[in-house]
Amino acid sequence: MSMPLPVAEGLWTDEAEPRLIGGRHMQTGEIVFPMPEGDAAQHYAPLPLSPTGTLWSWTSQDFRPKSPPYTGPEEFVPFLLGYVELPGEVIVETHIEGAVLSDLKLGMAMELVLIEFAPGRTTFAFRPSA
Amino acid sequence: MRPSTSLGNAEKLESPLSMTQVHIIGAGIHPFGRTEGRSGRDQGVFAVHQALADAGLAWTDIECAYGGSEAAGNADIMVNELGLTGLPFINVSNGCATGGSALASARNAVASGQCDIAMAVGFDKHPRGAFNAQPGDWGLPEWYGETGMMLTTQFFALKIQRYMQLHGISRATLGKVAEKAFRNGTLCDHAWRRSPVDLDTILNAPMVNDPLTKYMFCSPAEGAVALIIASEKKARELGADGVKISSIAVRTRPPGSFEVFAPAISVERGGKPTELASQAAYEAAGIGPEDIDVAQLQDTESGAEIMHMAENGFCQDGEQEQWLAEGRTELHGELPVNTDGGCLACGEPIGASGLRQVYENVVQLRGRGGARQVPGNPKTAYSHVYGAPGLSAVAILER
Repeated sequence: MSMPLPVAEGLWTDEAEPRLIGGRHMQTGEIVFPMPEGDAAQHYAPLPLSPTGTLWSWTSQDFRPKSPPYTGPEEFVPFLLGYVELPGEVIVETHIEGAVLSDLKLGMAMELVLIEFAPGRTTFAFRPSA
Repeated sequence: MRPSTSLGNAEKLESPLSMTQVHIIGAGIHPFGRTEGRSGRDQGVFAVHQALADAGLAWTDIECAYGGSEAAGNADIMVNELGLTGLPFINVSNGCATGGSALASARNAVASGQCDIAMAVGFDKHPRGAFNAQPGDWGLPEWYGETGMMLTTQFFALKIQRYMQLHGISRATLGKVAEKAFRNGTLCDHAWRRSPVDLDTILNAPMVNDPLTKYMFCSPAEGAVALIIASEKKARELGADGVKISSIAVRTRPPGSFEVFAPAISVERGGKPTELASQAAYEAAGIGPEDIDVAQLQDTESGAEIMHMAENGFCQDGEQEQWLAEGRTELHGELPVNTDGGCLACGEPIGASGLRQVYENVVQLRGRGGARQVPGNPKTAYSHVYGAPGLSAVAILER
């Protein structure tokens, strides 16, 4: 069986413990995610982001989003998502893995993982830190 | 370049000294909801005829017009039905602020002396399940949509979830907002949802995005509103039953605001477009939130009404819990909010929705609300529309 493919190139680093790749603005130092593309990219330097952060907000996705653009499985499985604050860097929107709604608390510690959100396709997610 | 934090000339837009007072002298509405067999634009024409009749005017009296829709075509084609009088008719395409921007433009045309009578019209017709955004249209990478994170409903849930945690707002309070909307809708002839829904049903309905159930969201809909604007001199000449426009402010988002479709947001949190528009509108009108008698606040979902109560200055963050418990935003409360049932009961035809709020305020200030009339002869009314990608329009009316 072939390895699952990332949903997009350049979203995270190719290392044993991957990190999301943001961009740091060359003049202002502001950090954004994802790394900008096209003409905007010239103003930013790629920056691997912290793999840990704290939960900023969350919700559930209880019905299947429309396709397109959603490319998750036809047999929809509800999932959790939210924003995780990477300290001093940026607050990223993300799938939330390894938790149920009642586990989630503002400010709880979270860590980056990769998940197979659709057969053969991976994306990033955060889960409560062990 | 990083956007400037200075508001620059935006602060000067609301009340140039040379401007004369402007009044709304006619208001018309096509019932919101779904009207099979009638196009969005035809609903707009319906609203224009009603507004003209209300003002006692003919189409030939209108000197200039501003209007638009999000998804139902150009407004200026209406001249085919209304009459080829040669007037300038400017199409407005400004998302959720289409109606507000049309009204602001019509008001400015009269205030500047360009004309004495102008019209603002907004209409729309969205199919069931509209608003399916595609990443490319919003300058976003495809993966954002592919992974199921590009839904407006998620944004609203994420914003209110954090707000509830920080400020102690309960799920029951979210439910009470929707319950009030449907109750007010039963008393309103232009509302779409005309049946009450009880709190238990609202709270136990299928979850869309936690904590928001399906009864806590408004739906895409159809409808139209037209308003006739006149100078004070003209309003007096006509002996019009007019309502003064004290101020209108439209603002886009400042740095660090939290808006829909954001794969990431800055750790440096900033202001909100609603706060900017609200403060500008109060300042230009020379009154404050404590002076407002009735308010229509954007309630795309229950949480929005809660947060917008604070963003528009009516209460502090967290006080909404007590306000709702005490019924202060009911028709007979201290500050009735969304007296026609708001977006929750009327649905959201984007181009018409902001003007519906102003229409309802005109109805209330004229004392024509019937079963939903706010008691005590309200003298001041406030309306607030909010939309993607982070803009707000506020209008303050006075009798």
